[in-house]
Amino acid sequence: MNDMKSGSNLEKVLKAGHFAFTGECGPPKGANVDHLVKKFQYLKGNVDAVNMTDNQTAVVRLSSLAASHLMIDEGLEPNFQMVCRDRNRLAITSDILGAFALGIRNMLCLSGDHQTFGNHPEAKNVHDIDSMQLIRLATMMRDEGKFLNGDEIDVPPKLFVGAACNPFADPFEYRVHRLATKINAGADFIQTQCIFNMDKFRDFMKRVVDMGLHEKCYILAGVTPMKSAGMANFMSKFVPGMDIPDSLKQRMKGVDKEEQPEEGIKFALEQIEEFKSMEGVAGVHLMAIEWEERVPEIAERAGVLPRPAL
Amino acid sequence: MIVADRKSLEEILTMVEEKKKILIVGCKGCVTVCNVGGSKEVEILASAIGIARKKSGSAIEIDQTIIERQCDTEYVDQLQESVMKYDAVISMACGVGPQFLSEAYPDQKFYPAVNTTFYGGAVAHGVWEERCAGCGTCVIHHYDGLCPVARCAKSLLHGPCGGSSQGICEVSKETACIWDTIVLKKMEQGRLEDLLVVKDPKDWRTARDGGPRRSIREELAD
Amino acid sequence: MRLSYPPEVKIIQVPCTGRVDIIHLLNAVDDGADGVYVAGCLEGECHYRTGNLRTRKKVEYVKKVLKEIGIEPERVEMYNLSSAQGQRFAEIAHEMVERIKGLGPSPVRSDKAA
Repeated sequence: MNDMKSGSNLEKVLKAGHFAFTGECGPPKGANVDHLVKKFQYLKGNVDAVNMTDNQTAVVRLSSLAASHLMIDEGLEPNFQMVCRDRNRLAITSDILGAFALGIRNMLCLSGDHQTFGNHPEAKNVHDIDSMQLIRLATMMRDEGKFLNGDEIDVPPKLFVGAACNPFADPFEYRVHRLATKINAGADFIQTQCIFNMDKFRDFMKRVVDMGLHEKCYILAGVTPMKSAGMANFMSKFVPGMDIPDSLKQRMKGVDKEEQPEEGIKFALEQIEEFKSMEGVAGVHLMAIEWEERVPEIAERAGVLPRPAL
Repeated sequence: MIVADRKSLEEILTMVEEKKKILIVGCKGCVTVCNVGGSKEVEILASAIGIARKKSGSAIEIDQTIIERQCDTEYVDQLQESVMKYDAVISMACGVGPQFLSEAYPDQKFYPAVNTTFYGGAVAHGVWEERCAGCGTCVIHHYDGLCPVARCAKSLLHGPCGGSSQGICEVSKETACIWDTIVLKKMEQGRLEDLLVVKDPKDWRTARDGGPRRSIREELAD
Repeated sequence: MRLSYPPEVKIIQVPCTGRVDIIHLLNAVDDGADGVYVAGCLEGECHYRTGNLRTRKKVEYVKKVLKEIGIEPERVEMYNLSSAQGQRFAEIAHEMVERIKGLGPSPVRSDKAA
């Protein structure tokens, strides 16, 4: 396997043609490592890699870099996320080198939700470069061994570089083109924003396949199991980039409160089943935020266990 | 032009709390155009301060004047006979004004009555919007005459981000997503390929990030 | 009509309430008026189309300024009525005088006790 870009587990799984199954974990709002490590145990062995979010929704948490390193200590593979909102190209380059030095082998390049969503809205915006340029930067460092200014890097970081895609943002017709640009910039894999509007996603994937993008890049479909009807409403209103169809909201409301978590999981399982055979989809990215304890069960019921050990 | 908003009266009154005799200087430039620091607004501010001080029983003498621009020493110089006669001077010009005044009259205290915000234009009567961030390297022609640096909340050069919904920026329902506009325009005019190229990171040295800037006309400067 | 209105009301005639500016209202307060109100035509019936509508906005602005400097915004008001509504005119005058009496003399009057 000489032509591995990073040699990460996720890369190996995808390259071998398996249906990938990744998870996600949010760091603590402090330095509570114990709680974080507990969450890891639910994910261990049930997913190929675990995304570690980076000040998600602009709420300050333990850094993704540090949490990713802690994850490695616990025997899992991190997918280190980096947003452009909080750091300039110097810090970005420096953190990419740091991540590699600490054993991290996957990274996800994001713009970042605007800081006004978070708990420190007064902060200064950075956005020195955007997510497109970040993808290019990371792949340039890896493939050319050069910094942005052309200087040589002594030991280039070999990371498997990913990007996000939101098929539900507007303008819809443009989303597939922006995805194509991210792939041209060098993205090795894509994780989509969580999908609830299956019709729209099917339409999106048709366009992706028409453009042959699935052959240049591994696309993982984002799934978030709904805990409750209340969660469906909340996400619809307050989380940027969500498209939650009324039919799903009705479905969640249509069952008793105690039954809602199971209904949400059922919907997620239906989605995963469809994604397994959907053309262009190379895997699923499961975002069970603050519900990590259900991941083992979901993975079991989705029939994706055991995960390939390569 | 430069747009500003008047500071709260509470803040302005605090600035002149101990003062007994003040001058309010307006400016016939940008702040007149955006109705925040012209002669009318100077009069209104003088009246409001006067009433407030009468109410608190602490008399204050307020003079009013206006000059062509506060960003040119030839006009700032016109104040030299009067400016030192006051305990303090309130400038209603943009942030440039009080600084030029402070430099010309170092022994006087100048207070800004407005918060200077952005470079923009009037989109409707009484409404101004930001259009330019003064980045020093204008590339609006690459975006069909629209500026993503100033008008995208994240200054993206490859937008829109995943938070753009129905032409609205994730930051606020009042804010249009400029990338939505750029993309639709490019698509409509058959120039989508322009956007599919990955652009180099911006050189922010020409922006404020590079340090305070200076602009010289070689043909005019000594 | 021979209706009476309180002697506390001093009338200043203008061709249209649109002629009234923010500074006029502030000057009135500054000069010691306990209250000042603008009586304009019914909305939609301004002879000059929008004079009374613009002035309503100016009155709102003045109320805001007064609030910011600690003076009761109720001392300034805008009313709309037609020139044929003599009864209403008297009513408004009484209403405003009652309101101002309730608020007391303006805190800005030079003749108030220090």
